[in-house]
Amino acid sequence: MQETIQVAQNLPSTPQTWYLILSTILFSIGVMGVLFRRNAIIILMCIELMLNAVNLLLVSYSSYSGNMEGQVFVFFVMVVAAAEVAVGLALLVSIYRNIASTDIDVLSKMKW
Amino acid sequence: MKSEIIFYLLSALSIISALVVVFTKNPIYSVLSLIVCFFSIAGHYVMLNSQFLAIVHIIVYAGAIMVLMLFTVMLLNLNKESEPHKSSLIKVAAIITGGLLMLTILASLKTTQLTAYSTPADLGLGSVQSVGMSLFTEYLLPFEISSILFMSAMIGAVVLAKKER
Amino acid sequence: MTENILNEMNLITPVMLIPLLPLLGFFITSLFGKQLKHASGWIASLAILVPFICSAYIFMNTDAATSFEVPIFDWIAFGKFSIPFAFLIDPLSILMLLVVTGIGFLIHIYSIGYMHHDEGFSRFFSYLNLFIFFMLLLVMGNNYLVMFIGWEGVGLCSYLLIGFWFKNQSYNDAAKKAFIMNRIGDLGFLLGMFFLMMMFGSLEYKTIFSKASEIPVGNSLIVITTLLLFVGAMGKSAQIPLYTWLPDAMAGPTPVSALIHAATMVTAGIYMITRSHVLFVLAPFTSDIILIVGVATALFASIIGLKQNDIKKVLAYSTVSQLGFMFAALGVGAYKTAMFHVLTHAFFKALLFLGSGSVIHAMGGEQDIRKMGGLRKALPITNFTFLIGTLAISGVPLFAGFFSKDEILANVFVHSNIFFAVLVLTSIITSIYMFRVYFLTFSGEFRGTEEQKHHLHESPATITIPLIILAVLSTVGGFLGLPSVFHATHKLNAYLGNVVPSLSEHEVSHNFEYILMGSLTAIVAIIIFAVFNYFISKKNMPEANEEEMNPVGRFIYNKYYVDEFYNAVFVRPIMLLSDIFLVLIDKLIIDLLVNAVAWLAISLGKGARLVQTGNTGFYVFAMVISMIVLLALQFII
Repeated sequence: MQETIQVAQNLPSTPQTWYLILSTILFSIGVMGVLFRRNAIIILMCIELMLNAVNLLLVSYSSYSGNMEGQVFVFFVMVVAAAEVAVGLALLVSIYRNIASTDIDVLSKMKW
Repeated sequence: MKSEIIFYLLSALSIISALVVVFTKNPIYSVLSLIVCFFSIAGHYVMLNSQFLAIVHIIVYAGAIMVLMLFTVMLLNLNKESEPHKSSLIKVAAIITGGLLMLTILASLKTTQLTAYSTPADLGLGSVQSVGMSLFTEYLLPFEISSILFMSAMIGAVVLAKKER
Repeated sequence: MTENILNEMNLITPVMLIPLLPLLGFFITSLFGKQLKHASGWIASLAILVPFICSAYIFMNTDAATSFEVPIFDWIAFGKFSIPFAFLIDPLSILMLLVVTGIGFLIHIYSIGYMHHDEGFSRFFSYLNLFIFFMLLLVMGNNYLVMFIGWEGVGLCSYLLIGFWFKNQSYNDAAKKAFIMNRIGDLGFLLGMFFLMMMFGSLEYKTIFSKASEIPVGNSLIVITTLLLFVGAMGKSAQIPLYTWLPDAMAGPTPVSALIHAATMVTAGIYMITRSHVLFVLAPFTSDIILIVGVATALFASIIGLKQNDIKKVLAYSTVSQLGFMFAALGVGAYKTAMFHVLTHAFFKALLFLGSGSVIHAMGGEQDIRKMGGLRKALPITNFTFLIGTLAISGVPLFAGFFSKDEILANVFVHSNIFFAVLVLTSIITSIYMFRVYFLTFSGEFRGTEEQKHHLHESPATITIPLIILAVLSTVGGFLGLPSVFHATHKLNAYLGNVVPSLSEHEVSHNFEYILMGSLTAIVAIIIFAVFNYFISKKNMPEANEEEMNPVGRFIYNKYYVDEFYNAVFVRPIMLLSDIFLVLIDKLIIDLLVNAVAWLAISLGKGARLVQTGNTGFYVFAMVISMIVLLALQFII
């Protein structure tokens, strides 16, 4: 009981809505980056940024509502993101080896 | 009051570093500022009493992912000069679209009925102990599956990046 | 009463066997024809012989008062309406069963010899068995729908058998012609059935005939119904104006002509009208039409017969003409007399066709009587039996045709003098052309090639035995219906009396009967002499080709140009119409619509393809904008 009060005193008094706005801004910056840049590696980084915006939101909800699941979910998102980056970078390296560029506009092989 | 100031500082840091990631021309700077951004987000996690996640975040993102990114950037010898050039029309369109997305999300959030939490109801949720208990009991199966995912990702990365003979 | 029911119970098995065996024979001969080879002929014959024995057994164990139904299963049943699949056994159907299976069996035996060298041997017998099956359904059904199954089925078999040698295009055309002509008739029959359904709510004979007694004579609905049914009979029994298919149907093998196009199928129309005489009695107008059509057909067909040189064509026109006689009898309400003529005609016309088949067989496929002659010595049995057939059809006393034809003439005389005169004239013409064929074929000198002369031989026993049996039947068949002048009972009338009660049969005076018989006999005798004198003694020959004929002869030779007339009036306009539809509706409108749809899809695809630039940046843009739109919708709506 004593411990809980101790922790509670350290808790932020900021309303949860602020975290909502912050993660929205970060997410939009990520989207903007994806649209703005042509370098595939930067785009990958922007995607990471978007993932982190979502993670932040999840953690804030978890912590404000006192629910464990949000944090576990974030943990799994990190797992997937790590795997994604590993594969994505490997792909980029092999693409670069073939066309000597990471410009996504050069990657127009998806046209049938 | 103190925590609010810290929140503002951390928020400002994360937004500015995110913007640098997008707008700087040198890929190296992008990577570095993204690391800054991730650190500030880790700070947010600490603020939210999720110590375990904060640590994992720094290890995974700043320690592993971003180092990998940096390696790749350097390996491919990407720099300011090799940066592909986009027309200004597309740049303006991208900024407008991104801003529009933000506005739309915020606007749609306004109409959504949200549970307004003013203060966090913390019961020691973010500690290593509680997250670990949860992971190894309730979420044991996804946890194990994620290790398989990691393994396949590892094999895939090796296969893809390997030089063809 | 109890005894009677027991009796009927015993008869159920034979009744079931009668249609079942030909069907079984059809499946065996069609499925295993290749393995069975010539055994299929005997199997098929057996599949008809057993039903014949069953029919005979039923005939022996029943009397004129018999009338019972054998239900097989409920076929169609909904609401109050139901049609059972059931058989009706009464003197009329027993008579037809005997004719169909008896003559059918003889013709099967005959075909074994006749078709021996044909490659489609088993196929031929499977068709024949199928035909017998459908014909039995036709005569055994206890309602119009079962009759209609048989009716359509025999039409199908007729089509298959006319076009049996399908490699010859003109035979195929003949088959198609028969099929289409029959279809017109079938439409009439079908519409007639609809009317019956509307009026009586049932298609069972029993129900219809009991309800029909409440309907006043001359009711307009019943007149329409009977007229439609008569159209059906017209198609099947080759009456004006739907008769032209029958002569063309001679393209089929000769046993087929004998079985289908002389003895059984073409008499289906007469059977149908006799069966539904209750309705026809209520419609005097229809009866008048039937009489006129029958008499006209009899006369016109017999005149065409005078000028034909193909032995089978002559017989075909004589069949049409004899069918006309039967319809004339139906038209004056002498239904039993019509059935009597059906019976005797089945005997002597089957005999004549089989005889002509024997001749054609011996001549190696030659059918032109101008190239025959003097076959008497080479084919003694055929000659003798053919002579009996000719005498029977010409109405020489004591032969079968004499009694039945005389009865028709007497009945028509009571009704109308003019039609009587026309029929007498027809009867005279009939004997002229029949003796013309007989003398040109069997008397005088041989006019064929040397090779054919060398080849001449009497046919094998499988052919001659049926000929002899039919000759005997053609001789004695008439005694079933002795007229009252001989103070004997008319056995057939007595037998059919319960099914077809005597209606308004005015007996002609005995004196008139004597005069009629005597004068007809004398006329036939004169004709025989005159024809013999003209063709054999004076050696006059039919014209070798059309140019030598006088205009009247040419007109008759070309069958009054009826085929050409039908071509010009019906076939051509329909062809033209279908051409117009082809060009205007099908090609222009339908094709345009279909092509337009295809063109639309193609051009839409071409347009939509432009979206697929392959540019990843563009895709991301599209994705984000769509997301914005979706989110925007959330708060707009």
